[in-house]
Amino acid sequence: MSAPVATQTLIEVRDLNVHFAINASFKARVTGRGGATVKAVDGVSFDLHEGEVLGLVGESGSGKTTLGRALLGLVRPTSGSVKLRGEELVGLPERDLRPKRRHLQMVFQDPHASLNPGMTLQTALAHPLQIHKLTSGDAETQAKVRETLELVGLFPTQRFSDSFPSDLSGGQKQRAAIARAIITGPDLVVADEPVSMLDMSVRAKILDLMIDLKERIGLTYVYVTHDLASAKFFCDRVAIMYLGRIVEIGTVDEIFNEPKHPYTQALIRAIPEPDPDKALPRDLPRGEIPDAARPPLGCSFHPRCPKAFNICGWEARDLQTMLESRWMDLGEDRYGEERPLVGDFSKLKSTEHDAFLPAGSGKDPGELLALLEKIRAEEPDEPMWTGVKEMHAEAHGVRVTFEPGIDPPLYETGGAKAACLLYKPD
Amino acid sequence: MADPVLSLRDLRIWYGAERGAVRAVDGVSLDLMPGETVGLVGESGCGKSTLGRGVLGLLPEGAGHAGEVSFKGRNLLDIKQRELRSMRGPELGMIFQEPMTRLNPLMRISDHFEEVLQIHEPKIGKKEARNRSMEALRGMGIPPTRYKQYPHEFSGGMRQRIMIALALVLRPAVVVADEPTTALDVLVEAQILRILADLRRNFDTALLLITHNLGIVAEACDRVAVMYAGRVVEQGPAYDVTTKPSHPYSRELLRSTISLSTTELHSIPGAPPDLVSPPPACRFHPRCPNAMAVCAQQWPPTEATSPGRRSECWLHATDRIPVGLEQPLQREALAASEEA
Repeated sequence: MSAPVATQTLIEVRDLNVHFAINASFKARVTGRGGATVKAVDGVSFDLHEGEVLGLVGESGSGKTTLGRALLGLVRPTSGSVKLRGEELVGLPERDLRPKRRHLQMVFQDPHASLNPGMTLQTALAHPLQIHKLTSGDAETQAKVRETLELVGLFPTQRFSDSFPSDLSGGQKQRAAIARAIITGPDLVVADEPVSMLDMSVRAKILDLMIDLKERIGLTYVYVTHDLASAKFFCDRVAIMYLGRIVEIGTVDEIFNEPKHPYTQALIRAIPEPDPDKALPRDLPRGEIPDAARPPLGCSFHPRCPKAFNICGWEARDLQTMLESRWMDLGEDRYGEERPLVGDFSKLKSTEHDAFLPAGSGKDPGELLALLEKIRAEEPDEPMWTGVKEMHAEAHGVRVTFEPGIDPPLYETGGAKAACLLYKPD
Repeated sequence: MADPVLSLRDLRIWYGAERGAVRAVDGVSLDLMPGETVGLVGESGCGKSTLGRGVLGLLPEGAGHAGEVSFKGRNLLDIKQRELRSMRGPELGMIFQEPMTRLNPLMRISDHFEEVLQIHEPKIGKKEARNRSMEALRGMGIPPTRYKQYPHEFSGGMRQRIMIALALVLRPAVVVADEPTTALDVLVEAQILRILADLRRNFDTALLLITHNLGIVAEACDRVAVMYAGRVVEQGPAYDVTTKPSHPYSRELLRSTISLSTTELHSIPGAPPDLVSPPPACRFHPRCPNAMAVCAQQWPPTEATSPGRRSECWLHATDRIPVGLEQPLQREALAASEEA
């Protein structure tokens, strides 16, 4: 789709953070210090122009839904700024935020759960109008509800305004949820996976409706999804998220024709296409999205990245992953030989860029060092070795010193912006 | 050609409901060859999962069935529950959609495997059980160091791989996988699809892969059966069906899939029918762009359109349409709202 002429900035997000405290002890809760936090959204900045569709794409746990909700103040940002037409929303008390919600609406993922089963569509759609005092009198409210039902394709409106959600199919429910979102005449609609619960044959209809509404009543969308294919079709710009950060942002053409970040490249190649002549590649990133409470050092994608190199932030955990995946490939005999040389992984210690790998009980640390040197010689392509500066035997184990890593910000690449050290200017 | 390991003949499964019988599977015939992966696709509510469970005798009480599911020369529908139970595992395996809820949170991974092996192969020694389990886990990409851990210590993708390993450790002849990757992320889904694709080369297990994603079929299946309203409307080699579908439903389903090469949105009008009172004759005729007058009156014949390929549609038997019934079907236009 062609990008609309950039008119005016509707939403301006700067350095937005949403952190959740987890497992907080009593002391940590009282003092507000200590305890682990999950950085669900971690320093995100972007602009959203009027009439634009921005896709937030990522795997589960990437923070895309939290970011979408934070834009509307449905989760409280920890810090940072979200401006609606220059007006700050972060830090507003609920009372002042509420009137703003007229302009900021949301469509949720599960249409079966987002409509009240005890309300007819007439009641459900009239609520926002009454809350925001947009109509005076029942007749006007009813007329507005009918008009909106017609707009989303639920006609005859007479029949649908009296029906309950249980009378509707999945696609019809999602139409009703969209009607409820647009009835207040919002500027921005955040759509959180609006089609992922629907059948293939229905998805296209809902996306068609959303495109149609955008043109007819001038909406701006934030489209939260894990489905790159629908984002490619529906969006003007796409932001790829990984572990709370935007790792790449650019226009649809930039992202899909020339993806810069190795993560984006992998995502695009991993989509199963209904074309049997295109097989999935074999060299997909290993592993899964890491625990957000303990994000990797440096670039958070480095443990899975096929292009990682020395300054990506190697650390003790990567040593364990490397050994485990080696033992998986080698088979029982070699595992039986090598495993006893290495001690308990739970005693693997890490200080900054230094790791201490304990030797197995009663084993000589020298033997463990020899094993690591042997692995290094056997698997020179393992990216981790580029980051190992030094290894030497100590009492009870081996100390491995890594190259200090860099946490990459979004770099200019000549196309999309990407948070990858491959594009770090010298 | 080898004999099929599992063969369905005119299988019917229905559930009793207040309004009448819900005919979830309505006369399905399908063969599964040893080592073959067959994809079963269709919209939700077309009877895919019921068919998959029916094959393993995992239907809820109150479900009725007729027809034949023959496995190694016996009809599974006639076998007593007790015997069927002992066959599940060593002969018939199942992989479910939700990996998060299918492992016992209080049991180590090692216990899951050793329990399964000891129940079905009582003579197996502890050492051999351990070796076989670790070998199965290795094949699925689970490091041996994690053998003694609990389910909560694994991510969703790893748990699904453990489930697959658990289904395969007894080397069953047939495995039914019901949407095994639906709850997973793209990259993990791709990893699992690779594993399933490798299965056909390394094991002799026949796999019935239930999915709604045609991309997965093109990627991991040898053959595909397209289901609509309880019937298999088309079956054939996955390559042929995904490149040149011969039934209008398969074609429309392919066209409505949103993929990276999508430049125009397309959808099928209407919705799958209520299975209590499905439309007469061809079930797809109210939504079919090619529908003729005959489609609403007479049951379409099943035609072999090419070797190994069958399609249940009047378009492939035009010479047998009664005179006067070949003109396009007249019907009222659907309101947009009826569609979704």
